[in-house]
Amino acid sequence: MKQVAGALAPLQLSGEHHLCPGCGHPVAWRILLEAIAELGLERKAIGVVGHGCYTNIVSLADVDFLQCLHGRAPAVATGVKRVRPDVAVFTLQGDGDMASEGLAEVLHAAARGERITAVMLNNGVFGDTGGQMTAASVVGQRTKTSLDGRQPADHGYPVPVAELVASLPGAAFVARGAVGDAGSVARTKRYLKRAFEAAVAGEGFTLVEVLTMCPTGWFLPTAEGPGYLSERFEPVYPVGVLTGR
Amino acid sequence: MAELLQGSDAVARAAIAAGCRFFAGYPMLPFTDLLEAMARLMPGAGGVCMNAESEIEAVNMTLGAGAAGARAATGSCGQGIALMQEAIAEAALNEVPFVVFNMARGQQDYFQCTRGGGWGDYRTICLAPKDVAEAVEHTQLLFHLADLYRAPVILYGDYLISHTYMSVSVSPPDFGPLPPKDWALDGSRGGTGRSRQIWTWAMGKANYPGPGPDRHWQRVASKFEDAARAEQRWEEVGCEDAETVVVSFGTAGPFVEQVVGELRAEGIRVGAFRPVSLWPFPEAALAAACRSASRVLVFEVNAGQMVDDVRLAVGGRIPVVPIGRVSIDFSGMRQGEILSVPWIRDRVRQAA
Repeated sequence: MKQVAGALAPLQLSGEHHLCPGCGHPVAWRILLEAIAELGLERKAIGVVGHGCYTNIVSLADVDFLQCLHGRAPAVATGVKRVRPDVAVFTLQGDGDMASEGLAEVLHAAARGERITAVMLNNGVFGDTGGQMTAASVVGQRTKTSLDGRQPADHGYPVPVAELVASLPGAAFVARGAVGDAGSVARTKRYLKRAFEAAVAGEGFTLVEVLTMCPTGWFLPTAEGPGYLSERFEPVYPVGVLTGR
Repeated sequence: MAELLQGSDAVARAAIAAGCRFFAGYPMLPFTDLLEAMARLMPGAGGVCMNAESEIEAVNMTLGAGAAGARAATGSCGQGIALMQEAIAEAALNEVPFVVFNMARGQQDYFQCTRGGGWGDYRTICLAPKDVAEAVEHTQLLFHLADLYRAPVILYGDYLISHTYMSVSVSPPDFGPLPPKDWALDGSRGGTGRSRQIWTWAMGKANYPGPGPDRHWQRVASKFEDAARAEQRWEEVGCEDAETVVVSFGTAGPFVEQVVGELRAEGIRVGAFRPVSLWPFPEAALAAACRSASRVLVFEVNAGQMVDDVRLAVGGRIPVVPIGRVSIDFSGMRQGEILSVPWIRDRVRQAA
């Protein structure tokens, strides 16, 4: 098979990972690490990582990491940033971590204008536990706990985290990107760099929500992940900059 | 230099004198006064006091500050401490030091301060001062012990500690050297191949794997075994010849000591024993204090929590009799009628 991405990303220690074929997380990891490296933040970055498939970045990337409790990363990152104001502090969380378990933490951190960069990988499903419904699952999405698809009458509606955060004056930069195709990947990387720049400059709270594929948790053939992401997720979660330049 | 200070101010001043530069809290009486004192005093000390939006946020912010190398603290009481238990357990397992000030509503937090409510094999060192002066000493000692054992630790105070005025000195004593905080995250080692990781699972990095959870948690557990041996603290009065030993903790201690003094003056052979460290419980010292006793009375203002530890210490050799009970005033914040010298005196007389 042709290797499409040859060299390791900057700060990446190993190409070995446990993620499924077709998962969008490795691409998100790569652009996150590239953003840190290209901004020259390698020696002044601390990541606070929640619980999900993406957690393993704490072993695979050559960055200081604190793996924290489910949902609490924005609170933990607040403590880190307040005692190390010169460091670029970021979180890495999933939609289960941020939209389900930890909605209060991210909203309050944004309201306080904490000068951190929160990154949410949104695939609308609890991937690590095997495909259950999260607060961000889209209407009609089949999961192991919404067998007939997410029904508003039973399960309510998905939580648009980026829009909620963008409504708060403490947020300096809020954007939603995706990793389903090359153009989206390049644009999302630009969002990540802008978010880091704004947080490091002390402008306020920054958030990048990244729509990412989970064909395993969507119960789809691997190749159908990007198509499902653009057809089912992007209409609910429009990509673009919500707050900031 | 001694100054007349309210307990909450004294504890806040002692914490700052001990190097605490990060505090996060959520109001709940009688802890609220400590939060207010920290909000007033921290900025002048170059520190941060956060108005956390919940006890869960407060303790997780504190965990982050501790992980970044600061001396950090949080606090609450009762149900607020219950909300913090998940993060206290997490910090015990991923080895992040901080101090939790439980300015409790009475003595019903004994279990959750000594047993914990979180997941995993961990313990929390817990000191219970009898008055404001001891609370100042314990505050300073707890910051040292937190760093020594790399673990969250708890001060068990209450409304009497929080609200009583006492003349105290907040200058910290020298507790001796501590290991360097070379584990603390500062971001400086990114890209060097030696970046840091704080993770309960201790898996390490791809280029230098960690011990993994089995070995890591065994080592954490053995650390608490070391603390259990080294950190037992207690105070006793008149136990050498006592036929009856009365055990109490925290601010109930001075009431019991007063009763014991009065009864001994009447020729009744009674002694008082007070565990200063609730965990580790001073088991051997209590067993020794009871060597001439034929009964142990346990006075605690709850339905019977510390009595379990007393029974474990005495080992069934002599009867252990609870003489306290739940006793809450109408506000729910203060202890009720039984925290009184005449009440305790009657009970000890009846039982002795």
